[in-house]
Amino acid sequence: MAESAPLICRDIYKTFDQLEVLKGISLETRKGDVVSLIGSSGSGKSTFLRCINMLETPTSGDIIVHGDPIRFTTNRKGERIPADNKQVELIRAKLSMVFQSFNLWSHMTVLENITEAPIHVLGVPKKEAIERAESYLNKVGIYERKDYYPAQMSGGQQQRAAIARALAMEPEVMLFDEPTSALDPELVGEVLRVMQNLAEEGRTMIVVTHEMAFAKDVSSQVLFLHQGVIEEQGTPDKVFNNPDSERMRQFLAPKF
Amino acid sequence: MIDLKGYGPALLDGAIVTIELAFLSLALALALGLVGASAKLSGSRIAVGIATSYTTLIRGVPDLVMMLLFYYGGQVMVNRLSDAIYAAYGYDFFFQFDPFISGVVTIGLIFGAYMTETFRGAFLAVESGQIEAARAFGFTRFHTFRRIILPQMLRHALPGLGNNWQVLLKTTALVSIIGLTDMVRVAEEAAKAERMPFHFFIPVAFVYLSLTACSELFIRWLNKRANVGVIQGG
Repeated sequence: MAESAPLICRDIYKTFDQLEVLKGISLETRKGDVVSLIGSSGSGKSTFLRCINMLETPTSGDIIVHGDPIRFTTNRKGERIPADNKQVELIRAKLSMVFQSFNLWSHMTVLENITEAPIHVLGVPKKEAIERAESYLNKVGIYERKDYYPAQMSGGQQQRAAIARALAMEPEVMLFDEPTSALDPELVGEVLRVMQNLAEEGRTMIVVTHEMAFAKDVSSQVLFLHQGVIEEQGTPDKVFNNPDSERMRQFLAPKF
Repeated sequence: MIDLKGYGPALLDGAIVTIELAFLSLALALALGLVGASAKLSGSRIAVGIATSYTTLIRGVPDLVMMLLFYYGGQVMVNRLSDAIYAAYGYDFFFQFDPFISGVVTIGLIFGAYMTETFRGAFLAVESGQIEAARAFGFTRFHTFRRIILPQMLRHALPGLGNNWQVLLKTTALVSIIGLTDMVRVAEEAAKAERMPFHFFIPVAFVYLSLTACSELFIRWLNKRANVGVIQGG
């Protein structure tokens, strides 16, 4: 193997109490892949994304980040838990996440939000972390807001700051959990443009989205999830123009 | 300047005792409050049980009764313990429960229970997304607590803390009952001896008032600092 895949998920199952949300999802990414996860609400796409960085622990299945499989064990109640929290923390630092509701730390300025994890998790010297943060703020186009607090910015600016925060970790894979769903319609474009630039730079991204145009034009791989299984998978051209699954055709059909 | 009939220095010493007592009790109450709130939120059945019994018991018994129980009862307990240790190991020790220590412990225990509730509410008020973001970026639990939860929790806890502190400050007057020569005790003796209650109690009232007024200003300043980044609804 020349270079190990940034992320491999094998046969992921997730059950909450009695409810089986994921029923065997597998995904393999190559470097530079942009994977779009689409599907209706409740199809399991966000849960799958949250299993990748262990915000939810999969009930079964493997997650391998850059050749490093996450190790599991079982607790006294028989639930599956990560065997080594340190390993999970290290892996999370390689998979930075952008949330639907931004989740910028509200008591820190934008710059502090972006330097916090590089300094305290990765051990980057402060001066270098600040330079890094400033260059990413430039990239997402909100350098002049670096000393603002999150509450002083629009949703689109907050989400771009959150993207800069994720970029500053220089992650193997970036995870986006419906990054534009909480935004006013006129602010969606600025966030999608930033994401498109990142895709063009060759960053590996996994994006849960309802933006069909983004999935179609920007991604290299599309997964359509329905009731916890992958109903349709392939290039955007195949999934959108020539789907095998009847459900996918219904999902794409004009709603009115 | 009012003539304090030579009781001035004693009153001043009493005031210092009051302030020391208040600050030490506050430190104990804050520590107990943090531990209590963590226990209540830990999800461990034993920890929740202990913390709940603590707050229920303390909040249900009058402060004065607690103080008397602790001062007189505490000495008896310590004596029995030291007797038992002497009998078992031949090691002799004696520990005198002085009114100051009893005061600090009792007031700390009482207000620890109130602080537990204040902190518990404040912890719950921190948005889960803030904590989730910290986890997603690979923070350790301790780092999440110190850098994210604690500063955000303080913002929610401060109004309650301020209240508790002011009540605590006034509760210190109770220690005069168990013989500690705080400001109130000195004033009481002076008032009796000189038969001039107004003359001695009104200055004492003013000292308390000025302490609480200063605290109020300080808390307002803290509140402003803790709420940095929050847009006040108006």
